[in-house]
Amino acid sequence: MHISEGVLSGQVLVAGGVLAAAGTAIGLKKMDYERVAEVGILASAFFVASLINVRIGVSSAHLILNGILGLLLGWAAFPAIFVALILQAVLFQFGGITVLGVNTVIMALPSVICYYLFSNIIFKSNSLAITAAFLGGFLSVLFSGLLLGVALIFTEESFFEMVLLIVGANFPVMVIEGIVTAFCVMFLRKVRPEMLPGYVK
Amino acid sequence: MINEPFASGNSIVHRLDPRFRTFFAVLLSIEVALLKDFSAMGFALLVAFFLAASARLNIREVMKRLSSIFGFLLLLWIVIPLTYEGTPAWQAGWLTWTREGIHLSAQISLKSTAILMIFMALVATMTLSTLGRALKRLSMPGKLVHLLLMTYRYIFVIGQEYQRLYTAMRIRGFRPSTSLHSYKTYAYLFGMLFVRASKRAERVNQAMILRGFNGRFYSLDDFQPSYKNWIFAGTMMMIFTGILLMENGLLWPMKPF
Repeated sequence: MHISEGVLSGQVLVAGGVLAAAGTAIGLKKMDYERVAEVGILASAFFVASLINVRIGVSSAHLILNGILGLLLGWAAFPAIFVALILQAVLFQFGGITVLGVNTVIMALPSVICYYLFSNIIFKSNSLAITAAFLGGFLSVLFSGLLLGVALIFTEESFFEMVLLIVGANFPVMVIEGIVTAFCVMFLRKVRPEMLPGYVK
Repeated sequence: MINEPFASGNSIVHRLDPRFRTFFAVLLSIEVALLKDFSAMGFALLVAFFLAASARLNIREVMKRLSSIFGFLLLLWIVIPLTYEGTPAWQAGWLTWTREGIHLSAQISLKSTAILMIFMALVATMTLSTLGRALKRLSMPGKLVHLLLMTYRYIFVIGQEYQRLYTAMRIRGFRPSTSLHSYKTYAYLFGMLFVRASKRAERVNQAMILRGFNGRFYSLDDFQPSYKNWIFAGTMMMIFTGILLMENGLLWPMKPF
């Protein structure tokens, strides 16, 4: 989910840039050189996963997966998403230089919020964990949509209808992100629980 | 799945110092993103065309990449003129297209096309490892550059891993559909990708430590100083100032239509 070049006002672009820089700085601080390989390779896995189209009824959509990214990486989601966005810009020309900051915040801030909300519920009972993971996937996309809406409305109040349209159109994606995140978290709990936060041997 | 059609080439632009190219791409993009004057935007688009031509970009690839934003722009042209408040330009039944809405759609279309083409001409014309080094020299934190290069390197490996897993799924009769089973299968596919990525990361990290990695990539070829870079910098500064003057109505002022 991202905003294209040439849409947003200067103030919004600057605000996005500053927030993204702050988040990335915190993420980098929390990630020592030992973890760069891990974060980098996971970031590339997310990059690849977000290229995959999933069928929804007659159409298809690609998933964002920022909920599970947040659960796996915490604050390091900021630098990971920032880097993935640079790669998308360079390789496919999706997004671009001036909106890099805003787009990083739109996707990474919900990741971090989901990390704080749900990371200590994942190893509770099955039904709790499934609910938490579903909400993590659902809410991260919803929050991204809302942040995107905020960026558009702060640029131009008349974008309101457009924002409603975008958030509404993404509702099926939110549900599917929730389902996929729930299954994915349960899978990781069985296969490689040490990847998830709050794991004790 | 991923290719870099512009990265290799032998045009004038390809031979310029990547640091200069990255710097001016950022500078011009920010300037264009903030424009409000149509003559300035038109000129910026012309500059973008000129840069793309001097980088000798493959026109078909350029169109392919532009078409990804054209879909978005088309949606914009359908929605904004109808929903934006302002003086009506046309009316058909209960539908009203506003003058301000059309204005805004035109602005966004011009600006996004110009920025995209500047980016393709100046930044997409270098390989990612070169971009990484250029960003490092332009004082991006070393850890972030390291992360960028690491991610780039493993996109291809993970991409192949995905292809292998997907082939295995298809051989076992998987067909994507709108069903819980289908989403569950995708979730396990993603989960497996993350598991493999994480295991690989462990091995890579150990191998790097073993080889004495200290957080720095060394590069043998250095950026060559050349007077051409300074000519490029001068031209870009002139273009930057020209656009700025037009934006403020000091050069070729144009009345908004």
